[in-house]
Amino acid sequence: MSDKVVAELQEPTPAVGDGGPDMIQLLTPEGQRVSHPDYDKYVADLTPEDLRSFYRDLVLIRRLDAEGYALQRQGELGLWPSLLGQEAAQVGSGRALRPHDFVFPTYREHGVGFVRGMDPQSSLQLFRGVSQGGWDPQENNFHLYTIVIGAQALHATGYAMGVRMDGNVGTGDPDRDTAVICYFGDGASSQGDVNEAFVYAASFDAPVVFFCQNNQWAISEPVEKQTRIPLFQRARGFGFPGVRVDGNDILATYAVTQHCLDEARNGNGPLLIEAYTYRMGAHTTADDPTKYRVSAEVEEWKFRDPILRLKTLLAHEGMADEAFFVRIDEEADQFAAELREGCVTMETMAGETMWDHVYAEDHPVMEAERAAYLAYKASFEEAN
Amino acid sequence: MAGQLEKVTLGKSITNGLRKAMEADPKVVLIGEDIGKLGGVFRITEGLQKDFGEDRVIDSPLAESGIVGTAVGMALRGYRPVCEIQFDGFVYPAFDQIVSQVAKMHARALGAVKIPMVIRIPFGGGIGSPEHHSESPEAYFAHTAGLRVVACSNPEDAHWMIQQAVACDDPVIFFEPKRRYHDRAEYDTTATTAPRGLFEANVLREGTDVTLLGYGPVVKTMLESAAAAEAEGTSIEVIDLRSLSPLPIDTIVESVRKTGRLVVVQEASSFLGMASEISAQVTEQCFYELEAPVIRVAGANIPYPPSRMEEEFLPDLDRILDGVDRALAY
Repeated sequence: MSDKVVAELQEPTPAVGDGGPDMIQLLTPEGQRVSHPDYDKYVADLTPEDLRSFYRDLVLIRRLDAEGYALQRQGELGLWPSLLGQEAAQVGSGRALRPHDFVFPTYREHGVGFVRGMDPQSSLQLFRGVSQGGWDPQENNFHLYTIVIGAQALHATGYAMGVRMDGNVGTGDPDRDTAVICYFGDGASSQGDVNEAFVYAASFDAPVVFFCQNNQWAISEPVEKQTRIPLFQRARGFGFPGVRVDGNDILATYAVTQHCLDEARNGNGPLLIEAYTYRMGAHTTADDPTKYRVSAEVEEWKFRDPILRLKTLLAHEGMADEAFFVRIDEEADQFAAELREGCVTMETMAGETMWDHVYAEDHPVMEAERAAYLAYKASFEEAN
Repeated sequence: MAGQLEKVTLGKSITNGLRKAMEADPKVVLIGEDIGKLGGVFRITEGLQKDFGEDRVIDSPLAESGIVGTAVGMALRGYRPVCEIQFDGFVYPAFDQIVSQVAKMHARALGAVKIPMVIRIPFGGGIGSPEHHSESPEAYFAHTAGLRVVACSNPEDAHWMIQQAVACDDPVIFFEPKRRYHDRAEYDTTATTAPRGLFEANVLREGTDVTLLGYGPVVKTMLESAAAAEAEGTSIEVIDLRSLSPLPIDTIVESVRKTGRLVVVQEASSFLGMASEISAQVTEQCFYELEAPVIRVAGANIPYPPSRMEEEFLPDLDRILDGVDRALAY
């Protein structure tokens, strides 16, 4: 083996908390804009208005998350998977998408769904227990939440294979060329389906961007349990590019995702983005992170907060004044009130609808069981 | 109408059916291992890649979950994928995608998306193969709501059923009796309408004493058994189940009400298999008409045996007639 190969093989895994020298960053935790030769161009056209709207999205989805958590504690939701700390990774990547691009989320991508134009109530249905999904994926080109870890990576790849078969790759027509983005986490990187998706996507030049939010924890297991090497380097073994971006830096995430989506649309897919971030909260409301991680680590990540650093930039650069920040907070309050109201008034469907969509075509068992259920229910009415 | 009678093997009938389905709908794509140039290990897709191209007959990497999982994505994009699983025992790596994703997607989306997918699985034993090449995993899939499960037993059915499965808007698990791939039968290959619906059973032979019910590879053995029984004066009604889910229970019940006796044959192990469910439903619906308990003639409750012992495992003519005798003994 050449010295270079040996050196690469011996490359140490960066410690948690340090994204390492390969991590793309355009906005430091202190809110300082830093330059990057490859990625500056993707944010060059962003106006102060754009940045203010980024800030608004970040604040609103953090509020969505806080309300989800509270609603669970109040017994209105059965469970809530928090996105706290991952707002920039979700908004930055989500805002880089075009309307006709297609998104395959996990169950934690409330922020991506929000910037895709989803009704924020939609994210709550599954966790309130009124539906197992319940929205039309084609409405916002945002697929249903996938709960089985990593299963959606194959769906995204197959969808992207279909995009390529449709000829919607590399035509140069921005209204036609289409990319697919697939979200998953550091834990999912160990799943067979994710690795099979990498193989298939590479084999068929699928226009898919794999977007791994490495939030350092898969419930109680640290990322070191999943990988010896930085996750973005996995891509090289599958024969496609991988890049690590500061997932708490909305500008860098937006820029890197734009670049990778463009590459995919141009026919240079697949690509892997590792958004280096941190799960500030529990895995879900059923989890207790105090049992497996030290608070010092969480405290350290608070200094890298994605919202604070954009706020600092906006304030320092004179792109937003205090009145703007107050206005956004007021909007968040209003948003939260509507969300709570929408959640508690969400209707549970009638029992007989359980059989409605199991099959697309008529099915004798569905009809028979529904009829038997209704007859059983009616028997109580008659008895009264 | 002057039809064209042709003698075609079961395997070739599926090939022809797939070809017709691909001609009828440009969104039909095939995906599986070795299905392109080679035409699949059983040559079922032979010549199709040459005629329809590599985008419509896709040689997949060697990963079954990938075959089914990417097919889900293609279906979401508007395609109608037909997956080939090389052998029954190789479907398990795709099991999660099939039961958690394929089966549930339509319900999860409250009907907003459809998964019109076919998963073809050559199944059953009797070909002298090593482990994992001779299994009958149909009950796993028939147990799962959201899937439809069918098995063909003869060339004409194979020709039609594959086309009907592709046209179905629900996911269909399509079992092919691999040891019958080379069986030939004469039928009208130019007919334009199917003789019956995909989810209907077919009464192959009418009889009065016992109903003999099965699907896939054992159907031929059942017909041979019925012919042998006739020579001994027993009149057997033979039903090819064809659809395992939904179960065409009405046809079964009608027959059992006539004969009063039911023998169900399957290669799969008896415990919690198709025959068990059929036995339960027939007992519920024909309690007063039954002259004997429903008899199951099935594989033993063991892993599929080494091929030199498989004749001891598979239901053959003698074991089927033994089952008939047991039913008649009441």
